[in-house]
Amino acid sequence: MAESDNIVVETAEKIFADLADPQTINNDKKGSWQAPLWQALSEAGLPLSWVSDDLGGSGASLADGFALLNAAGRFAVAVPLAETMLAGWLLAQGRIASPEGEMTVLPASPRDRISLDADGALSGRVRGVPFGKTAKHFAVLAHGKDGVSIALVDAAKARIEAGLNVGYDHSDTVTLDKVQPITIKPAPKGFDQTTLMLMGGVSRSLQIAGALESMLDISVRYSNERVAFEKKISKFQAVQHNLARLAGESAAALAAATSAADAIANARSFNDEVYLEAASAKIRCAEAAEKGGGIAHQVHGAIGFTMEHILHRYSLRALAWRDDFGSESYWAVELGKLVANRGADELWPLVASR
Amino acid sequence: MTAALRFDPIRLPEKCEQLRKEVRAFLAEEIAAGTFDPHKPNREDTDAPEFSRRVGAKGWLGMTWPKKYGGQERSFLERYVVTEEMRVANAPTRRFFVADRQSGPVLLKYAPENIKMDILPRICRGEICFAIGMSEPNSGSDLFAAKTRATKTNGGYLINGTKIWTSSAHIADYMIAIFRTSPPTKENRRHGLTQFLVKMKQPGIKVNPIGQITGQYEFNEVVFTDHFIPDDHVLGEIDGAWKQATSELAYERSGPERFLETYYVLTELVRAVGPNPDTRSAEGIGRLVAQLHTMRRMSVSVAGMLEAGKEPVVEASIVKDIGTVWEQQLPHRVRDLAAFVEETATNRETLERQLDFAIKTAPKLTIQGGTTEVLRGIIARGLGLR
Repeated sequence: MAESDNIVVETAEKIFADLADPQTINNDKKGSWQAPLWQALSEAGLPLSWVSDDLGGSGASLADGFALLNAAGRFAVAVPLAETMLAGWLLAQGRIASPEGEMTVLPASPRDRISLDADGALSGRVRGVPFGKTAKHFAVLAHGKDGVSIALVDAAKARIEAGLNVGYDHSDTVTLDKVQPITIKPAPKGFDQTTLMLMGGVSRSLQIAGALESMLDISVRYSNERVAFEKKISKFQAVQHNLARLAGESAAALAAATSAADAIANARSFNDEVYLEAASAKIRCAEAAEKGGGIAHQVHGAIGFTMEHILHRYSLRALAWRDDFGSESYWAVELGKLVANRGADELWPLVASR
Repeated sequence: MTAALRFDPIRLPEKCEQLRKEVRAFLAEEIAAGTFDPHKPNREDTDAPEFSRRVGAKGWLGMTWPKKYGGQERSFLERYVVTEEMRVANAPTRRFFVADRQSGPVLLKYAPENIKMDILPRICRGEICFAIGMSEPNSGSDLFAAKTRATKTNGGYLINGTKIWTSSAHIADYMIAIFRTSPPTKENRRHGLTQFLVKMKQPGIKVNPIGQITGQYEFNEVVFTDHFIPDDHVLGEIDGAWKQATSELAYERSGPERFLETYYVLTELVRAVGPNPDTRSAEGIGRLVAQLHTMRRMSVSVAGMLEAGKEPVVEASIVKDIGTVWEQQLPHRVRDLAAFVEETATNRETLERQLDFAIKTAPKLTIQGGTTEVLRGIIARGLGLR
């Protein structure tokens, strides 16, 4: 699964292995791992993978960036790498150069809105913003009377109500009250909040798929070590079949997420086919996070329920990622509406489009 | 990493899309001509010999096989497209689909040249039907417990015993079966079974229909009494069938037929809810479509790996496990959602009739061609657990 066939992923995996080892991080209660990890990622140009050279980034392909997020999921990386990548990508859509440092995107939920008033100021209250509290800048998608704009905002100008998601990562409420952006540009034609949500959703899907790969890996390993009733628990058929189901969920998540990433990386526009891919990935990966994570915990028994064990770093984060950029129920409703609207006889042609 | 599972995103090449258009046009013509009704999966007679010949004439049977045997030397991905379009249209494929998917490839690999030259072109023309003789009254999932004997005699073998649950045996021209040529050894309980090509409709073979809970008669008991099989009908190594069985499983297990068997109820539900569904229907349909899409992408991915010459046995087993469980649950989920469909929906009766049949079909889906339990055992072995 961890097939490092590109230099971006290889670089990232080396950094993760050196500076984001889940057991080391788990033992470190002070969070002293965060700064060196972020510094190493930044020096390698990874947070701005999706930003071209002329806008201050490292100009990796969409495909390489997606593969990087899958690798980050395998390490349950808990710094705003995905968020900064998405923010840089969003800014680049408006030809806005990315600043240095941690960023995140507003809004991070399809139901929240930031509005742009006639004076060029931004207002709105958006919830569930990943790493909102630690971000230096926000990449903002705003709705004004002339359509959709993309803006770069100084995080110091926002009011932040800090919160944590179920994975213990920052998930904050951010309020902009007539904030003047550093830069603001109109979004390209056809680009809207749905586009941002689909892109964010596929990013989260890849992270969930990565986390499931690791959960499968450590669950299989644990079952081959743990002895009960005088034999390894991996020899019990009930445990074997549970792990086979976990492999299925992990495989489904990986297939859905990488397929959607491939669709976006090769699409000319966010049409119905891309919508199907991206929405399906978020729905199916979220389902897999629940089912697969549940099995990983069942196999581990009580030890997996402890803070000292690394399992929760993957299982809880995968569950938390379900909520960002539209939950599975949100996307299911939207996808269902799309399918119904196209009509029964157009369902199969849509499914069979790739 | 413990498990090197791969599901690379495969994009179907342009030639597949052209082919898909041809298949759709062909099926539309067949439907217009009254060959079959796509809304009626519960037809009583599932055998359509003339349709089978017309599919053969299109070059869509044995598509991937060498031209000298009547094949087209096309790719597995092209075959995939034909298979899925046939399945979604509820086309009557019973007569040819086992031969095309499974029996032909076995013959290609293990049959002597004269047999290949005789039989494969006839499969490609859609003229002959195959059955698979695996299960016996006391040997189902435990394939290697098979007892039906093949006893060496002058110029061939005499077969005695019974195969059961044999789909299409009542219409089949041939069967590929495993028979016991030697007892199992202490070291290897899988030893002693040999694969044979059986010509049906011959003395010493009696086919008895078995009624299924759907009301159909698609599987059978096949009783062999001193049935003679000539030496050149042995397929592969004597006593070594166990070595031959596993590599074909990836083909058998990962195709679109492993998640599309009850698909028609989903289409009909979408029709029944209309263009403006309520939130409940929309969410239900959205989830089912996301799950369907994911399985299809997994299945296409396996087809792509097969095309690349790989043997993704574990990945294929995962596709069948997830796919068959899904297609089994699908009629029940659609029933949940259909409960609130307006009385006035024009296709309400069609949907109800289809659900009735799909719900009766559902139990077999996780049994046929390798039970869920067997598949999970194979996946567990792939994970290094056994």
